[in-house]
Amino acid sequence: MFKKIWISLFLAFSIYTALVYTQCDAGTAGSQPSDLDKSITAGRDIWQKHNCQSCHQLYGLGGYLGPELTNTASIKGSKYMSTIIKYGTGRMPNFHLTDSEVENLVHYLSWIDNSGNTRVAKENVHWTGTYILNDGK
Amino acid sequence: MTISLKGFLSFALLLLLATLIFGVLSSFAFLYPVYFNKFLPFYLLRPLHVSAAIFWIITGATGCIIYYRKEVFEVKKETVFIPLFKITWVITILAVFISYAGKQFGGKEYWEFPPILCIPLLVAWLFFMLGYFPLWKKHDNKMSAYSIMWSTGILFFLITFIEQNLWQIQWFRQSYLREITVQWKANGSMVGAWNQMIYGTFFFLMTRLSGDETLARGKKVYFFYFLGLTNLMFNWGHHIYNVPTAGWIRHVAYAISMTEWLFLINIIQGFKSKLSERRKLNHFITYRFLITAEIWVFINLLLAIAMSIPAINRYTHGTHITVAHAMGTTIGINTMILLGGIGYMIGIERLTARAKRILTITHYVAQVSLGIFWVSLVIAGILKGYRSVAMNITDFQLMMKPVFQVLTVFAIAGIGLLTGLGAIVIIYLQAIWNGIRITTDENNKR
Repeated sequence: MFKKIWISLFLAFSIYTALVYTQCDAGTAGSQPSDLDKSITAGRDIWQKHNCQSCHQLYGLGGYLGPELTNTASIKGSKYMSTIIKYGTGRMPNFHLTDSEVENLVHYLSWIDNSGNTRVAKENVHWTGTYILNDGK
Repeated sequence: MTISLKGFLSFALLLLLATLIFGVLSSFAFLYPVYFNKFLPFYLLRPLHVSAAIFWIITGATGCIIYYRKEVFEVKKETVFIPLFKITWVITILAVFISYAGKQFGGKEYWEFPPILCIPLLVAWLFFMLGYFPLWKKHDNKMSAYSIMWSTGILFFLITFIEQNLWQIQWFRQSYLREITVQWKANGSMVGAWNQMIYGTFFFLMTRLSGDETLARGKKVYFFYFLGLTNLMFNWGHHIYNVPTAGWIRHVAYAISMTEWLFLINIIQGFKSKLSERRKLNHFITYRFLITAEIWVFINLLLAIAMSIPAINRYTHGTHITVAHAMGTTIGINTMILLGGIGYMIGIERLTARAKRILTITHYVAQVSLGIFWVSLVIAGILKGYRSVAMNITDFQLMMKPVFQVLTVFAIAGIGLLTGLGAIVIIYLQAIWNGIRITTDENNKR
């Protein structure tokens, strides 16, 4: 009996995992292009190389020292982002990035911005406590 | 205890000490980044702290399993795979810290070191599995809750560790939603995996302290094991409720997380029997670590259930409430059980009366500090959630202003935690290397 339950659960887990991998972003509201150009991947590498997630969040996941950056591109604009990234602030160190590195990082953050909104509006909270987002999911 | 296990456990305890020191430094670097940016910036301190914490938990958990499995599976001769695991594991962790010192990062949450180091970690884990599973498989005692939980944790750590590294395959990164979903599926389940290993040790210790093996067997025990396993497999979605993934991911996680009420009800139902158990076992220092862990389970479970309701998660996500939960569980639950587990194996029950008294005092210092630490994080989280979501303050500095004030209390409480737990680590290290001095009472008996 114990073995049967365990195997059934593991099978359910395996199927669920496959579904998550292949269907998690199917029909979602974001308009993110899947063909990543070199600038976006270069920006992504810079994000990782300088451990930006240590201080910043994307979709509320990451560090707490600096602001959440998921939708900064559409809220503040790329010029604002470029300036902060290039020179740093009192709290954020200057990483001495080149102009092209700054541009790549801004492209990467703009690409993430296209994946969706990090804030869930009050109207999206269903009476059961869950979220029903704009696309009805 | 062999010299190599003494070394391995000492390494684990030093990781705990490093976690505490880097944690205190990180909290002050968070409050005063201008003073730290030149020498020890927060983006360097945080990975040092997080990696030390994660490796303390996993190294401590494996150390307990390596030692206690000898008794459970009646190991006569140690297999070659365990020393191979210990060497590969320790050297790779040292390489992780060396890479941080050189400001080399992998830039992924929790596993912030260059991903190439995941290869020796994976090899080490496979050695550990080879040193564990053949013994488990052929032994009669494989159906006790603790050995099942150890086995489950070891297996699922492998699965989630591989899953955590899938981002290195380009297909998983073509969509940011897919990348972040898979990453947090792995992270969430991995926590469940090391919890299985650590709770396995908890069950083992309880059976040994009480002398009642039935605590680790029976329908109720297996029911809660399966409930835990179900949560490990499917209850990770609360990390990404706000990510616009397919809705069923959110709904499944929400539904499964509500089964955690059963754990809570079980704790409340068992409260009376815990009182009589405490009267019988409270003279064991090991038991005091375990009962403290149970209190933190209750507190953190309440918080976890609240955070698992999307309507509440809307306010708590991305705030310090998440940190309160993470630190409450890693320090209050995991660290307490591991200190109980390591303490029991090195014989803390036979320490001198003076050492026992110091251990008791430092334990209380750690608990009071952790309480203040945890409450200030929750208050900081409530403030941030309220100001960002309800008041819709978009200016980061303005939104965080009162939060920083509360976090000053948190940073000071961190020093108390470092003092309390640091002293316990030092007593343990002395006991490991100098041997345990017998208490006066026992001397008299002899």
